[in-house]
Amino acid sequence: MPVDGFMYPNEIELQWSVLIVVYPFVTGLVAGAFILASLERIFLVTAVKPTYRLALLTALSFLLVAPLPLQLHLGRPERSLEMYLTPHTTSAMAMFGFVYLWYLMAVILLEIWLEFRKEIVLLSQSSTGAKRLLYKVLTLGSTNISEGALRVDDKVGWVITLIGIPSAFLLHGYVGFIFGSVKANPWWSSPLMPVVFIFSAMVSGIAVVLLLYMATTKMRRQPIDMRCVDTIAQYLLYTFIIDFGLEMLDLIHRIYEADESFRSLDFMMHTKLFFSQVVLQIALGTLVPILVLGAIQIFHVPEKLRKIAYAVCGCLTIIGIFAMRWNVVIGGQLFSKSFLGYTTYKLDLVSREGELIAAGLLILPFFILALLVKILPPWPKIEPASGD
Amino acid sequence: MRIRNGVHLTKFKDAEHLVRLAGAFVIVLVLFLLLRAHFIPKSFGQYGHYRGDALAELSSKPIVYAGHKTCEECHSDVLDVKKAGKHAGVNCEACHGPLAKHAEDPGAVTPQLPDTAVLCIRCHEENIAKPKGFPQVVGAQHSGGVLCKTCHQPHSPLLTPGEKKS
Amino acid sequence: MITRRKLIVLLPAAALAWQYVLAGTPETAPNYNTSEHWWGMLLDIDKCIGCGNCVRACSTENNVPEGYFRTWVERYHVADWEQEVPQVDSPSGGIKGFPPSKFTGGKNFFVPKMCNHCVDSPCTQVCPVGATLHTPDGVVLVDESYCLGCRYCIQACPYGCRFLHPTKHTAEKCSLCYHRITKGLTTACCENCPTGARQLADLKNPNDPIHEFLRTHSVQVLKPHLATGAKAFYHDLDGSVR
Repeated sequence: MPVDGFMYPNEIELQWSVLIVVYPFVTGLVAGAFILASLERIFLVTAVKPTYRLALLTALSFLLVAPLPLQLHLGRPERSLEMYLTPHTTSAMAMFGFVYLWYLMAVILLEIWLEFRKEIVLLSQSSTGAKRLLYKVLTLGSTNISEGALRVDDKVGWVITLIGIPSAFLLHGYVGFIFGSVKANPWWSSPLMPVVFIFSAMVSGIAVVLLLYMATTKMRRQPIDMRCVDTIAQYLLYTFIIDFGLEMLDLIHRIYEADESFRSLDFMMHTKLFFSQVVLQIALGTLVPILVLGAIQIFHVPEKLRKIAYAVCGCLTIIGIFAMRWNVVIGGQLFSKSFLGYTTYKLDLVSREGELIAAGLLILPFFILALLVKILPPWPKIEPASGD
Repeated sequence: MRIRNGVHLTKFKDAEHLVRLAGAFVIVLVLFLLLRAHFIPKSFGQYGHYRGDALAELSSKPIVYAGHKTCEECHSDVLDVKKAGKHAGVNCEACHGPLAKHAEDPGAVTPQLPDTAVLCIRCHEENIAKPKGFPQVVGAQHSGGVLCKTCHQPHSPLLTPGEKKS
Repeated sequence: MITRRKLIVLLPAAALAWQYVLAGTPETAPNYNTSEHWWGMLLDIDKCIGCGNCVRACSTENNVPEGYFRTWVERYHVADWEQEVPQVDSPSGGIKGFPPSKFTGGKNFFVPKMCNHCVDSPCTQVCPVGATLHTPDGVVLVDESYCLGCRYCIQACPYGCRFLHPTKHTAEKCSLCYHRITKGLTTACCENCPTGARQLADLKNPNDPIHEFLRTHSVQVLKPHLATGAKAFYHDLDGSVR
């Protein structure tokens, strides 16, 4: 029997699978990567400039994958167009279609286009064959890359980035609200939920760009800009502290108020969620990175050691934030709304919502990024197109 | 945009690519609106944010249980026995199963008599959670394996002390 | 002046409006006027014997797939005065009745459960496309040809009364036998309840005896603190019931 204690008969089977863990994780990376990019553009943190273009392309790669877990999860995916036809304005989920389209078209694609326009025009003139056609289409027929035009691009790009920050918060914050507004589920229902989601998104997004920058720079056999990664690590630490503070606030508040759900949730955290929450999310995924990154701020740590520390912290962070999504989504369905029992989540290996698909969806953005990097090189030196 | 001198024209040229982009957006938007007009179900919004036709669809599903009033139209003799006894409040199909098909065409569909060995026990087997005043027995002890209907008439089941079914 | 560009915007708008005009009026069951009814249910704990007739009848009437429940019955055991830790069981939702209880003392009773057809239902609030709906006569229904199967409504229901149909892949739940009550019949569960523990109530009908009962007796709803406007009223519901 998969049930401990009593569950309402219809609650025994989980409704939202690992794919619904993957979705907020992926949109979180999008929002976080974009926020890191905006650090340079809006807040003029020039140290992180080397990661600006890479962060934008990373955001796009993950954004393109984001609707996939949702489509695979829907009972009737062929009806998903209905979200655009008759969105129910009282439902946070109905926002998805429009917020996603807005963010894709009006923020990410537009910003990338404006940022890369000069290279696109040059490459449309210098490359051959199919690539030439691709770049020509991307120019939208305009070849004006005069100083005046580029200045216009810069100004408009600045405005787009500015609009992009609240848009990124909306793209990921509404997911937090989807959970936070469900009064039936005390593990989810909280005004803190969208805020926690956004800050953990920023943490994961910053970590992923940090890791990608270090990895791709190493692959290109270039020296890592330490000023850049040191600054990114600082922002990672600050964001982590806020994120951790919020999570602890939620926990302490729960323990203190001890409402009708507390006994059941507390037991769940000590048993079914112990590994994913206490070990992976809190200890390894949050406390260790905070302590290590904090130590680097206080003590002098040599460069080689710092690079290793950043790589390790980056990986732990990403695992920890995935665990956080897991604990929210899956954790919220493991206990009964009668507060009298628990069920188990059967994660299949090979099925429409199984492990393999989830892993595939998490890896796919990196393949997309590899492709994007070939088309729109983010590196300072433009590689000759014919040399690929 | 007033063309005062060449400067304005150049300024426009520098933003021309943005105008092309805006044009592309407008085309996509119009296509979207046309798609929407075509695909939204006609009856949507009639009574609220849902397909109005759904009400008619949901209220025209097939009926499986006829309802006791329908049974009583033909079987008034059973009703006369039942309404004076302890099972007055028990409707026909509660024991005899779904019979809308039989009511529609009595000759074509003959109802099966329920198996009293299983049926009576479901309600009357003793259970600590049943209301105290409800008649319950421990089946094995009560009849020692004898079928319930040997002594009890299902349509009017209460026996006075010493009475046996005629 | 009407330019070509303006026409491109005006024409689809006009087409949409015309389609609304052509939609016409819907067909409801003959002689049934939704504005004359406001449906609810009375569940009398004093009378429930846990026979499971309601669960079986609902399953037959509505083709409910095995292992899923539009309605079910729970059995409670409260050992002493402590209401916070009752022992509850519901073997297969009570569809085959209940086996003998392993308890000998304390308070024991059955509780039928179903969709509460809430006035302010969280399930209709969260549906992203309008596939779950409030009828004008107070019944919460699912439009199975429009449902996407996103399962948000199932998460939002505090009472656990919804499920995803295993082959249709759309959300499903108790429909208050809408196809029966609009024709003057009662629901399948009420029709087959041998003790009158379940009775349909028309809260707009002043002559409805159940409506009268609700006006003159103590009744409770499940999880009142969530303010869902539940219309499944329980008589003599113990405080331990979740």
